[in-house]
Amino acid sequence: MVETTPFHPRLSELNETGLYGHWSGYLSALRYEYSAKNEYFGIRNAAAVFDASPLYKYWIRGGDAQKFLEGLMSRDVRTCKPGRAQYTIWCDDNGHVLEDGVLFRHAPDEFLLTAARPNLGFLQDQVRRLNVEVIDVSDDYGVLALQGPRSRDILTPLVPEVAELSFFGMTPAKIAGHPVTISRTGFTGDLGFEVMVPAESAIPVLDAILESGKPHHLRPFGEEALGMARIEAGLPLIDVDFSSSRFAFNDDQRFSAWELGFGWTLRGIDDDSRVFTGRRALLRERNENTSRWATVGISIATTDYRALHEEHDVVPYMDEIPVDWHTMLYENSDWVRAGYATSLMYSPLMQRHIGLARVRPHLAEPGTIVHVEQTINHEYYTVPATVVPLPFFNPERKVSMA
Amino acid sequence: MSEGNQYDAIVVGGGHNGLTAGAYLAKDGLRTLILEQRHLVGGAAITEELRPGFQFTTFSYGLSLLRPEVIQELELVKFGFMPLEMPTTFCPMENGDYLLMGPDHDANLREIARHSPRDADATERYDHDISRVLQYLKPLFDRMPPNLFSGDPEDKAEIAWLLKHLGSGDKKVVHDTVRLLTGSIADFLDDYFESDVIKGHLASSGIIGTKVGPMSQGSGLVYLLLALGEHDGNIGSWSFHKGGNGGVTQVIGRAAEAYGAEIRLNSHVNHVLVNNGRATGVVLDDGTEFHAPVIISALDPRRTFLELVDSRELPSDLVEAIERYRFQGTASKVNFALDAAPRFPALGDRTDQYRGFINIGPSIEYLERAFDQGKYGWYSDRPYLDCCIQSFLDPDMAPPGKHVMSCFTMYTPYELKGSDWDTERENLGDAAQRTLASFFPGFDDLVLQREVVTPLDIERITGLSEGNIYAGEYLAPQTWIFRPAPGYSDYRTPIEGYYQGGSGTHPGGCVSGGPGRFVSQQVLKDRRP
Repeated sequence: MVETTPFHPRLSELNETGLYGHWSGYLSALRYEYSAKNEYFGIRNAAAVFDASPLYKYWIRGGDAQKFLEGLMSRDVRTCKPGRAQYTIWCDDNGHVLEDGVLFRHAPDEFLLTAARPNLGFLQDQVRRLNVEVIDVSDDYGVLALQGPRSRDILTPLVPEVAELSFFGMTPAKIAGHPVTISRTGFTGDLGFEVMVPAESAIPVLDAILESGKPHHLRPFGEEALGMARIEAGLPLIDVDFSSSRFAFNDDQRFSAWELGFGWTLRGIDDDSRVFTGRRALLRERNENTSRWATVGISIATTDYRALHEEHDVVPYMDEIPVDWHTMLYENSDWVRAGYATSLMYSPLMQRHIGLARVRPHLAEPGTIVHVEQTINHEYYTVPATVVPLPFFNPERKVSMA
Repeated sequence: MSEGNQYDAIVVGGGHNGLTAGAYLAKDGLRTLILEQRHLVGGAAITEELRPGFQFTTFSYGLSLLRPEVIQELELVKFGFMPLEMPTTFCPMENGDYLLMGPDHDANLREIARHSPRDADATERYDHDISRVLQYLKPLFDRMPPNLFSGDPEDKAEIAWLLKHLGSGDKKVVHDTVRLLTGSIADFLDDYFESDVIKGHLASSGIIGTKVGPMSQGSGLVYLLLALGEHDGNIGSWSFHKGGNGGVTQVIGRAAEAYGAEIRLNSHVNHVLVNNGRATGVVLDDGTEFHAPVIISALDPRRTFLELVDSRELPSDLVEAIERYRFQGTASKVNFALDAAPRFPALGDRTDQYRGFINIGPSIEYLERAFDQGKYGWYSDRPYLDCCIQSFLDPDMAPPGKHVMSCFTMYTPYELKGSDWDTERENLGDAAQRTLASFFPGFDDLVLQREVVTPLDIERITGLSEGNIYAGEYLAPQTWIFRPAPGYSDYRTPIEGYYQGGSGTHPGGCVSGGPGRFVSQQVLKDRRP
């Protein structure tokens, strides 16, 4: 029987569509109202909450916790001070990405890691002789993402400290008398916070947030609206834009940190004082210039998209729900492959189709034109797209202080 | 003459088309000056904070027809363009029931079936038939109208293309198109529907801003104009731009300035300087002169041809056509600041029905009776109202928990018989408010402030003649190749260097930017050696 999250009793009351998917064994709303786009505008123009409770959560504690994570995570955990959170990835020996997640550093030797996939066995196996314990607390907490330009206005009356929270900062706090951890994090690329709350306090905390959000048009949003926002934010999603190298059958299904656009997490890789899994392979790949792919944004001119469809007597449909397949890209009209878009959608904000794509490195320069496969009336055509830097959308408010 | 007052192009009027034209010209490298008479750009697409925290969309209030080419070519997204979805349309009925349409097709069919099971599948057929008509007509809308009478090879080629396109239409599509272009929306709807509220809801789009009733010939054409737009590819859908339509014109204004155009506010152009059949500049009311070889009027045709220039400079057929050109504004706005959301008894405390248009036009008869009064020179005592509580769409429109409500109000003829709008303004506001209170009990108690904008106010404030929101009635003989006059629809004028690009030219009215785009294309074409 599928499980429900700690917020489910209340959020399900607000779900007028009854549309759910399954996420890590939990019911997870695809959308709450008939229009996912309207929920999405909640993220971009008001505020909205997303139930991220199905994330796996692990306490990583002990005198060697930092040392443990230093060697495991590709990003340098030493730069994450207590009271900060850090987005990170971890790789295999070949520098291929295993997974990504967020580390919350509660204390010098106390971290909480959230991840999309189960990792307890893997993490415990890596401990070896270090003084570290890894505890699975996935079911113990609810995670509520409160995202959007009004999110701070909604949270501040409940928790005045959030006004001082910088991007990826975190703080213990109380909402409605219940202890919570609030971090300025999220997966939407907008101003936003995540509230981690013990499961038994989930409902009163949610209720307090919903009440405070009422005058600010706070609404819940589901996976579809999240999918739209995270593409605009240029955030790749595991099992959509890439899959763990752990489960690959061949190298075509594996991607290095460089190839997935995670190069920014490798800052300091030349610093020999930190050895981490995959470092040598990643250094070699960079030094020998052997990356097979580059991750880029692609942007389709709406006029071209329209013209192609109208030419074939089809009303051009602009679907903001990301397509659930990888779309082939070509270098030119001779169908020479350039790569593929792993996520593709019509962005109501950008007013055009945008996508996250992997292209051959020589095509990664912004401004390069690639050709996107489109099937119209059961025939293959292409529409030109421009390679652009990621993210597509990066508002100042995401990182600015009040 | 100082060097500083010399430009490559001067645009008269900082409405959305003037800004659009100016942005295109500046983007192409022309030293461009946009002159706006008021203290803010936007013309009839402005948003004003009439009460602290309350943003009023004084005139224009919805977005659908803005040409996607304009959005893209001027890269408006970079300058803050952000159309918000309006997921619902709410149609209260006089018996206390309602029709509530939302973004889910199947849920809508069930809602329609509540009023008439037959009308549910009729809606699907109707939507498809209309979509095909729009698909057939859209190229005409999006192309510069040819001059049928010029004999110019380019015009001839365009006419040949048009004939080929029109000739390729499916039999039913062609016939439906002619029925809508020439007939009434009421007749067309009768073929599909039996429910009054569904017909009232759809017929409302056939009367917007025009002195026709749903039973009048001509309402089919207005219906098509309002259906030709889209939101993100959804044909006929309307959106609400962040900050209202004043938000849109601020965006276009920012784009124009970013491309190098200079916008000068509080600069009312007195007249265009013409020397030997050639436009050379403009003179402001205070005598300041600006000179340029290209002058674009983004004002309406009456002002363009009869006021900005001496009509003796123009051929008499044009002058006569413009004298005949019908304005007869018939729409008003009644805007409210509200203390709380209105309550609709049948929906209890729900407010999700307010996230789009609220259509007070529950039947064709309701609309036609409203028209009956308008026809004879008086305003409807129970007007048709197209409302929107915009603070539900964009929380920045009003303080938390409070709301702004925009009510487009018809019929309110520019010329009143036996009275005038300065006398009747608040009486009209009362009629609108009374009508709202009859659907939303207790409405009067919510009103913090009311703004009534009659056709006379529209004319006084924006300069739109007789307060016509389209810069000239959208009637067949005044559209497309006849807009604004037969043989003068190519954005040029008989005065060399003098161009027209306001909503009184194709494909205006509404906030389309099409005229501004086309006139800039024509200017740039004429400048090429």
